[in-house]
Amino acid sequence: MKKSVIFGALTVAGLTAGAAAAATLDDVKARGTLNCGVTTGLVGFAAPDADGRWEGFDVAVCRAVAAAVLGDGDAVEFVPTTGKTRFTALASGEVDMLARNTTWTFSRDVDLKFTFIGVNYYDGQGFMVPKALGVSSAKDLDGATVCIQTGTTTELNLADFFRTNNISYEPVPVETNAEGQQQYLAGACDTYTTDASGLAATRATFEAPGDHILLPEIISKEPLGPLVRHGDDEWGDVVRWTLNALIAAEELGVTSANVAEIGASSTNPEVKRLLGTEGTLGEMMGLDADWAANAIAVNGNYGEIFADTIGEETPIGLARGLNAQWTNGGLLYAPPFR
Amino acid sequence: MSDTHAESIPFVRETTIPQAAPPAAERGVYKWGRENLFATPGNALLTLLAIYVIYLVLSATLPWLLNGVWNAGSLSECREILAGTRGGCFAVLVDRWEQLFFGFKYPSDQLWRPTLTLVLFFVAVAPVLFFDLPRKLLAFTAVFPFLAYWLIWGGPILVPVMALIGVAVGYVVYSRLVTKSFAGGFFGGIAAAVVVWFLGGYVIDATTGPSAMLRSVPSRDLGGYMLNFMLGVTCVSLSVPIGIALALGRQSSMPLIKWLSVIFIEFIRGVPLITLLFVASVMLAYFFPPNSTVDLFLRVVIMITMFSSAYIAEVIRGGLAALPKGQYEAADSLGLDYAQAMRLIILPQALKISIPGIVNIAVGLFKDTTLVSVISMFDLVGMIRGPILASTDWNGVYWELLGFAALLFFVVCYGISQYSQWLERRLATDHR
Repeated sequence: MKKSVIFGALTVAGLTAGAAAAATLDDVKARGTLNCGVTTGLVGFAAPDADGRWEGFDVAVCRAVAAAVLGDGDAVEFVPTTGKTRFTALASGEVDMLARNTTWTFSRDVDLKFTFIGVNYYDGQGFMVPKALGVSSAKDLDGATVCIQTGTTTELNLADFFRTNNISYEPVPVETNAEGQQQYLAGACDTYTTDASGLAATRATFEAPGDHILLPEIISKEPLGPLVRHGDDEWGDVVRWTLNALIAAEELGVTSANVAEIGASSTNPEVKRLLGTEGTLGEMMGLDADWAANAIAVNGNYGEIFADTIGEETPIGLARGLNAQWTNGGLLYAPPFR
Repeated sequence: MSDTHAESIPFVRETTIPQAAPPAAERGVYKWGRENLFATPGNALLTLLAIYVIYLVLSATLPWLLNGVWNAGSLSECREILAGTRGGCFAVLVDRWEQLFFGFKYPSDQLWRPTLTLVLFFVAVAPVLFFDLPRKLLAFTAVFPFLAYWLIWGGPILVPVMALIGVAVGYVVYSRLVTKSFAGGFFGGIAAAVVVWFLGGYVIDATTGPSAMLRSVPSRDLGGYMLNFMLGVTCVSLSVPIGIALALGRQSSMPLIKWLSVIFIEFIRGVPLITLLFVASVMLAYFFPPNSTVDLFLRVVIMITMFSSAYIAEVIRGGLAALPKGQYEAADSLGLDYAQAMRLIILPQALKISIPGIVNIAVGLFKDTTLVSVISMFDLVGMIRGPILASTDWNGVYWELLGFAALLFFVVCYGISQYSQWLERRLATDHR
């Protein structure tokens, strides 16, 4: 009885907070900065550098949205959140959007009342094993000890995978990625499993990365994307189409180098509509005509961001894989700008 | 003696023999070693075993320490320089020392402010810790919290000045009224201070311009070891007086006060600190309208202070209970009222007994401040676990960073412990 009263009060408080923050776009414009929730640090995706400037793949999305809305990619207040505080930070209005390696799942979208506005990285759970183990497929891992982060979806995926393949395993629970890395290197487990991007980043830090291989099986779908609160579709549109603009820019050949002049010189009408030299797309969203040009000018298009932060030239060395444009056999497919 | 029998005695010594050194087996290192290390076969065995363990530890750590790399831009560069030999990559400490001490967002041209605050802190705390120093230094101690606030957070100087004026007015009212009744002075002082702060708020609103002498730094930009230190110092110094009040409240004969104290203490002690921190960071946000939340640093200070004051209250209650009943009766027989008896007779003795317990809690609390890293505040451990280990340059450096953090905490905790032992010796008036 008492409990339900407390939860009721919480819900009411949450709802009023949500209602008060309904016009997020106006709030952001009035404030002059975008409050963007990021991780407290994930290699390649979000981390402050030695000068305290946030950089990374997720951070680039925040900067692009800030540039689209406010015309300045540095007008972002980065709010670091942990896995435990991220959803309350968004629900309570402390942040305007969350770009924090969050898997788009049914319950998060429907039950937790968030709107995932797209996918900026298609990830999946993989396995890393020492080469010396002589295993070439995850199906050969019968009876293996597996280092696994507790309380994550990866734990459930792992159980499902071994059950469907009718093989056994022994879990070695770890709390954080850093702990998993140490346990795996110390030989406490035969294989370490987490998101493939995380495995690649982890392997890149090893003293001898060549002694370890990632197994080809990807056992789960982990579409990671930015999200906003339910109930403010105008703001959701701004974030969604900023991400789409970055993806479309790569497809259309708009880069940070040519974004300033291609809007005028291009003969492609879609490029002109995207960059605001034709049509009124920005106005429809309540933004300036050059919103997309600003967003692209900060860190470049999707492909440039990928290459700078987590791509094959970086120590993390992720291949595009599923995250290539649909024209190159990937899953990135921005709806038309029309 | 005479020469009478000189011819019958072959030799007479006429001088004393110079003192000889003790035999080799009975002096110096040899004797000490024999008595302390190899007294019995069992002892000898244990000594050899201990030496072997020490050898194992040193042979593993010394090359790692001495062969360490101090100049490199990233972990992979470190490994190139080491070229397969064992050695620590201490370059991370050189590269990120600012972040480790001050967090990653404190403006780097303003780092003199926290540094100056730390120096002033030692000046301010000296007369409190060492009561042989001139009492006049306490005036600086009284001003220090306001000065420190202004130095670290910056912003208009009127805010701390108004706060200081409020406290000063409160103190004047208190000292006027306290001769008549302690309670009158206490509550009168608080009321006067609140009135001044209330009025001061309007003055600040009216006069605040953009011309702040020190650039304003928001709380979320604080970090690193500075944050641990600030939380530790603030919470310990606040929780001791609150703990005393709670301990006295729990022994009070007034049922309302007694039960409020008991409920507070038992409730707070029954909840893990990390739960309180989550409440501070997450739940409270639901109860405030957006954009008008209470500062996160303040919320965390309140929660940690509540937590540690409940524990300190119990330690002090132990001290109160250890006093013989005769002390209370002696105070009554002198005609002292409750406040006087407590201030002059009971508490000085009870607090002296409680020193080890209070220090124990202070040390524990100081280390507990690292828990704030789970609510995404970047204290020393949060800095290491988050931004530094997540940078592409330094991902994979564990021992060096966490060892450095352990060293920093050890220095302060050992210092506190040594001080408390000195204090116990200094205050010892019995059992001689």
